[in-house]
Amino acid sequence: MSLFLLGLIRFLTGAQARWYGCPPKAEQRIYFANHQSHADLVMIWAALPEELRSITRPIAAKDYWTQTPFKQWITTAVFNAIYVDRVRGQRSGLPGESAAEQDPLEPLIEALNNGDSIILFPEGTRGNAEEPQPFKAGLYNLAQKFPGVVLVPAWINNVQRVMPKGEVVPVPILCSVTFGAPLQVEAGEERRAFLDRARAAVIALRDV
Amino acid sequence: MGMNQFLRGLSATQQVGALFLIVFGLLAIVSVAMVVLSLRERGDDAAGEARRNELRYYNGLLRTSWLMVVVFWVGWASGERVATVLFGIVSFFALREFITLSPTRRGDHRSLVLAFFVVLPIQYALVVSAHFDLFTVFIPVYVFLAIPVVSALADDPQRFLERNAKLQWGIMVCVYGMSHVPALLLLRFPGYEGKTAFLVFFLVFVVQTCMIVQHLAGRKLAREPVAPHVSRSFNWQSWAIGVLVASFLGGLLAGITPFKPGQALAMAVIACVAGSMGHLVMKALKRDRGITNWGGEGKSVTGASGLLDRVDALCFSAPVFFHSVRWYFGL
Repeated sequence: MSLFLLGLIRFLTGAQARWYGCPPKAEQRIYFANHQSHADLVMIWAALPEELRSITRPIAAKDYWTQTPFKQWITTAVFNAIYVDRVRGQRSGLPGESAAEQDPLEPLIEALNNGDSIILFPEGTRGNAEEPQPFKAGLYNLAQKFPGVVLVPAWINNVQRVMPKGEVVPVPILCSVTFGAPLQVEAGEERRAFLDRARAAVIALRDV
Repeated sequence: MGMNQFLRGLSATQQVGALFLIVFGLLAIVSVAMVVLSLRERGDDAAGEARRNELRYYNGLLRTSWLMVVVFWVGWASGERVATVLFGIVSFFALREFITLSPTRRGDHRSLVLAFFVVLPIQYALVVSAHFDLFTVFIPVYVFLAIPVVSALADDPQRFLERNAKLQWGIMVCVYGMSHVPALLLLRFPGYEGKTAFLVFFLVFVVQTCMIVQHLAGRKLAREPVAPHVSRSFNWQSWAIGVLVASFLGGLLAGITPFKPGQALAMAVIACVAGSMGHLVMKALKRDRGITNWGGEGKSVTGASGLLDRVDALCFSAPVFFHSVRWYFGL
């Protein structure tokens, strides 16, 4: 199934990976990317080389990806995704709010503790605009908690053209995922400043 | 002369097989030469860099040639149906490249689905079933109307003409043009049964030769370009040299075609003119999009180019060649 899906995605979109700022290396990483379509997750999964795909877990929105038994099955059995409750995740993602109440990042922290890499969409929701929306705090919090994990920005190109909202049949259009140079939280860097810098790093990859 | 006698004594199948053997052998020799060339030390200066770039360009060309010859060989060995399917896949990838670099809007989605999953398969099915009357008008007549209807139903009038023109063009070049290559396999010349693969070879050979000779001549002559904003290399002298050389070779190949030498020469001229002009038109499209080639954006950075860059001349020459042959020989 995994191979069939991969073949299908390559046939339709090419799913080309472009490694610009870093090589595809098997170290623990957090990939963070722009988010325009539910297919983003599928795309970045397909763009990673085989050996990284097995150790990298994408984040999937619980409400969407558990809608039907098929979606649920494909996210758990094929993508090995981590479900995140979007409604709760958005609320506590607001800047300034304390992490005292139950942490929506819990499943991500667990995965990182297990040594897995994760794929994160820090905008929280899909955007329709040219540029991604401001990033939510989750990325900063995870970076603080796991200073050893490498943060890799990524730009996913064209996916929204393959299958716009509300359509069922995908159209073959070449898509690419560009991976950039790793980022770090600088000593004493503010949350907002870091998130804006991370966002800028993702946007910058659009034009390379 | 003895060689010629020997070749004439072979059956049609053996002759085609021998042709592939010769082509594979030539490609192997060129490939070995390229490897040797790439091993040679080059300076780090600008000249060395230019040489390396040139080498990369020819390597790309060589890779496509290998791919095309393998496609032809597999197609020939496994029959006309499989060959047609293979060309259908090439069409699909070429159209994918074309659409990727022609921005579409949400309202075009259904039309795109129609183009890729309905028009393309039907066109190639018409080739396989040799419905030539419908095959030649299906896209220019029926699809020409169907695509804008679907787009209009999507209720988005913004840049409507422009968006539809793009789509029509993509289908016309990548599907309609390309589908005429396997259609050649199904032409029935009296006394030429089982040898139509030679006709495809003839077309591809003269068109590709014309493009390569034109490229090399342009490099040597370094004349003023005719349309510098579209192509910095196109000029009439090197164009004429390309067409003449390729057509002359085409005339020499008359023995493997159903044509007499004069006819072969004329057909080669037609194919070369159509192909090289089509290539120029595609260059204008690329310039309009601000790109140098049709490959994925990642590839254009590394200097290699897309599939459509390699086959565009063929896409334009195949329909013209096909119709000329059918009309002249009354098939």
